[in-house]
Amino acid sequence: MNQDYNPTELLAYVAAGLLEDNKSVFVGTGLPMIAAMLAQRTHAPSLLIIFEAGGIGPQVPVLPISVGDSRTFYRACAASSMHDVMSAGQAGYVDYGFLGAAQMDPYGNLNTTVIGPHDAPKVRLPGSGGANDIGSFCWHTIIVMRQDQRRFVEHLDFLTTPGYLDGPGARERAGLPANSGPYRVITQLGLYDFDEESKRMQLLATHPGVTVDDVQANSGFELIIPDQVGTTEPPPPQVRRILREIDPTGMVIGR
Amino acid sequence: MNILQTGQGELVGWHDPDEHRAWVATHKSRALKDKRTTVQEAVAQYVPNGALIACGGFGHIRVSMAAVYEIIRQRKRDLTFCGKTAVHDSDVLIGAGCVSRIEVAYAFGHELRGLSPASRRAVESGRCHVVAEISNAGYQWRFLAAAMGLPSIPTRVMLGTDTLAQSSAKVIEDPFSGKPIALLPACYPDVVLMHVHRADRYGNCQIDGIVIEDFELARAARRLIVTTEEVVDEDVIREHPQRTLIPYYLVDAVIEVPYGAHPTLMPDLYYFDEAHIGEWLHLSKTDEGAAVYFDRYVYTVEDFAAYLELIGGKEQLEYLRQVEHLEAPLRAPWLEEKK
Repeated sequence: MNQDYNPTELLAYVAAGLLEDNKSVFVGTGLPMIAAMLAQRTHAPSLLIIFEAGGIGPQVPVLPISVGDSRTFYRACAASSMHDVMSAGQAGYVDYGFLGAAQMDPYGNLNTTVIGPHDAPKVRLPGSGGANDIGSFCWHTIIVMRQDQRRFVEHLDFLTTPGYLDGPGARERAGLPANSGPYRVITQLGLYDFDEESKRMQLLATHPGVTVDDVQANSGFELIIPDQVGTTEPPPPQVRRILREIDPTGMVIGR
Repeated sequence: MNILQTGQGELVGWHDPDEHRAWVATHKSRALKDKRTTVQEAVAQYVPNGALIACGGFGHIRVSMAAVYEIIRQRKRDLTFCGKTAVHDSDVLIGAGCVSRIEVAYAFGHELRGLSPASRRAVESGRCHVVAEISNAGYQWRFLAAAMGLPSIPTRVMLGTDTLAQSSAKVIEDPFSGKPIALLPACYPDVVLMHVHRADRYGNCQIDGIVIEDFELARAARRLIVTTEEVVDEDVIREHPQRTLIPYYLVDAVIEVPYGAHPTLMPDLYYFDEAHIGEWLHLSKTDEGAAVYFDRYVYTVEDFAAYLELIGGKEQLEYLRQVEHLEAPLRAPWLEEKK
């Protein structure tokens, strides 16, 4: 592919574009952190960044490598606690949350616990961590993951973190906060949202150079493909410059 | 009471609240007494084989590694671990054969550094058994329920998921809202290991920076072993009592261990020692390598001061202070590999 940006820069740019100014976001390490910092340095200077270990509103100097790293409460509004920030999430103060996963199903439910049976795992993954909390509490979650037929699956090996469960109204029936849930999915191939009626994933836009066929071929379930599918905008040079300032060593963005 | 769902995970660390009150009444002294001791004595006294243990801090942040290494050195066995965002602590304790059971919110991973070879191998081969799943918020609320002396606490996490199905939570219909709500059972670890910035001889503790879930965990603990960067005079505590996170009556042992969280991060004092964490991640790819690591850094090492010499002594510790203060660039083996 003839392009002057790398794929991670594109993902960071697309993710940053989803975050509105004067809203709050739970972030982890890696790409979500980069996306939130990029949003702050472009269109969303007052984006409130919250870390699950207790960092609230930091002025992050360099990329943290852990969600409890001192950089997550550097010049922060508050160096608080997990109880405080998770309660804020439960009470409705957190607008966005980022999630990743090893597997996702059409309703945006996620698996980060185990591949194979729970009692005899083929691969043991780290578990929920804060993911279930973020997926339960945030108004809108943004899922960033690689897609292929093994990762986009009709049925998860283990449902770690709730998306829309089995469809419309299921979150509310289960007792989860009303009107919350997955908002967007970003993969190396495109950007997705969820169909209002069925709560199943649908394609919003493909990345430059990617076809609708590529997208469906790399999914283990049937994606909703609307008549109109957009193309994501590549990161302009000034955005790529900011990304290099945020991650000078290429820890997340790469070279 | 209408129980809508019962998680199938094992209920670890739960006590009837009256049983716990009675235990506290007879085992936790309210006397203001000098609790300074050594890590060797504290671990020998308060960490029996088979105990349920938890560590303060989070991931690679402010973990009492001095106490963790001592548990390995004393070859404690059959421990159950609270994997409440347990990363380096659980990985080495499982790798050393001390922990055979774990309740997991987050474990078997080192965040950006990758997955944990030693503990994943143990789980996938059946040497370490996952007894229950939970989430990060869920675990700290189990400790909050214990801290409050309650049997359980209602929350809105984990609902509708396999995480709940494999947890020890129950779902009921909330009598106020009529909505399903998850009751998380209290969790009282038998012993908690915690590293703090400063404590006085009685155990009044201050922590700088985020406290994560240590407020709740310290109060949930039956026995609380505190290692501290420094033991300060009682006046230092009493001049700023609003800074005391943990009052003395919760604490059973106080041990001064400068750099006692190494190779994890101690806010404002020293950053992660990525070279050392990298060495562990590299060696622990095999059981033989893990054995080399424990021989080199634990079994043949007399005390924590000798360990600090092994990891590079004053020069390395000064470098970690500079990285923490943004005065030196981060060097990390896993970062070099990415480049």
